[in-house]
Amino acid sequence: MKALVIAEHDNQKLKAATRALVTAALQTADQVDVLVAGSACGAVVTAATRIAGVSSVRFADHDSLGHPLAEALAALVLTISAEYEFILAAATTTGKSFLPRVAALLDVAQISEITAVVDRSTFVRPIYAGSALATIRSSDTIKIMTVRTSAFAEATDAAVAAPVAALEFKPLAGKATFVSENLATSSRPDLAAARVVISGGRGLGSAENFRLLDKLADKLGAGIGASRAAVDSGYAPNDMQIGQTGKVVAPDLYIAIGISGAIQHLAGMKDSKVIVAINKDAEAPIFQVADYGLVADLFTALQEMEALL
Amino acid sequence: MKILVAVKRTIDAYVKVRVRSDNTGVDLANLKMAMNPFCEIAVEEAVRLKEKGLATEVIAVTIGSDKAQEQLREAMALGADRSIHIQAGDELEPLNIAKLLKAVVLKEQPSLVLLGKQSIDSDNNQVGQMLAALCDMPQATFASRVELSSDKVVVSREVDGGEQVLSLQLPSVVTTDLRLNEPRFKKLPEIMKARKKPIEVVTPAQLGVEIKSHLTVVSVIDPPPRKAGVIVKTAAELVDKLRNEAKVIA
Repeated sequence: MKALVIAEHDNQKLKAATRALVTAALQTADQVDVLVAGSACGAVVTAATRIAGVSSVRFADHDSLGHPLAEALAALVLTISAEYEFILAAATTTGKSFLPRVAALLDVAQISEITAVVDRSTFVRPIYAGSALATIRSSDTIKIMTVRTSAFAEATDAAVAAPVAALEFKPLAGKATFVSENLATSSRPDLAAARVVISGGRGLGSAENFRLLDKLADKLGAGIGASRAAVDSGYAPNDMQIGQTGKVVAPDLYIAIGISGAIQHLAGMKDSKVIVAINKDAEAPIFQVADYGLVADLFTALQEMEALL
Repeated sequence: MKILVAVKRTIDAYVKVRVRSDNTGVDLANLKMAMNPFCEIAVEEAVRLKEKGLATEVIAVTIGSDKAQEQLREAMALGADRSIHIQAGDELEPLNIAKLLKAVVLKEQPSLVLLGKQSIDSDNNQVGQMLAALCDMPQATFASRVELSSDKVVVSREVDGGEQVLSLQLPSVVTTDLRLNEPRFKKLPEIMKARKKPIEVVTPAQLGVEIKSHLTVVSVIDPPPRKAGVIVKTAAELVDKLRNEAKVIA
């Protein structure tokens, strides 16, 4: 049984999500290969070879893969898909975009955002914004899955590096072309990888007030997230959104500040290990999932916490 | 230029679902149903493109039981010109849905297909991408801005780190994210007018599509409950608990 894992990276660094993918893949297959598709991504390939449990690393290094289009990634995976029983990608915007194309062209189902492997053909995934967990059995000979990486432990490094093999990649005649990218630059930890996440909601009242979270985040080395209400109100950019349709996080500590806790928001954070809610409304649903709740004016609470840390 | 929009009947976004006691699924009996919010955004975008004179016709399509026609009426009240109802089960797998939509694409030859990025019930996020692959069309998922011209569409996409812009040759497939637009309020005269707009009913067999099942639902359960938390009185008590009880901060 062989599994192929598609690495998450930014051409310079291998993302931790890849390690969680390897963990998930090792629960299905005896042999796990990692595919790195990128441009000038040698450091990523090297990092991937060191992940414990990886049998080999295959890579395609090409200018056009610097900002890979879903069409190109799917085409690349299809050149080697016949060798594998399992193909796994992270449930990131990249994985979600290209992997269904692979499944469709192989005429098999995709199982989206698995959170557990029951056996080689049976997987668990949340539905209805995490209000229910479905156990799904696949009858396809090849299983294609996106993985909610926060639900799997990150594979560590091994002493011995796995072998590397280059793949040939022919760029497609482009019906789609990359125009530009505007990525947020932040010195804070990536939301998906942060050990502590502080999230702000509509209770903060303005974009200016939202920045009050910065100081507390600095003290705790935390990533900053936002509820959809805060994003819709223009307090925070969309890439900070946590929830059913945004990012799903499961840090050691999640501090929700001025967030009421709609089901759509809970879907993105309720698997966090410790949840703290600070809200002046004692009836806010966020308190139902919180391990520690503080009913208070959030501005006062923020100042007091900063002083104590 | 024709625009095809796929819409899905789902549970209303504000309704709380309950898992059935026999763990075969969720209990949808007597719950309020609506158009999937992302599909509504897709319809709104198509109608706006028509209002700008960039498209000539907006066709809504849905797949499901007869009740799904309510959502086609909703789409037509938002401004879609006509609808196609593919009569089938309510819980088809995304690949089957993509195959049925492909058959409609081949028949209608739209320049642009707009879909919601995911439905809020099954949360799959697959159909648009599968449709694009099966039709060999370029795709842009998670659109926050759509600029249509006669031969291409430029799409801003919500990606994990920020925003990405792609240019696609037409015909193409675009899936919508939340910030693309805010759907209009449906006015009574439009709702009345929508009742007279045509709905064409077809079956998968008529479209030449065989429905194949790849997946079985073994069980559906409630997520494990979190253990009850405590309400602390002060920020100092909170910091103390996080430091000494939960041990999550230094």
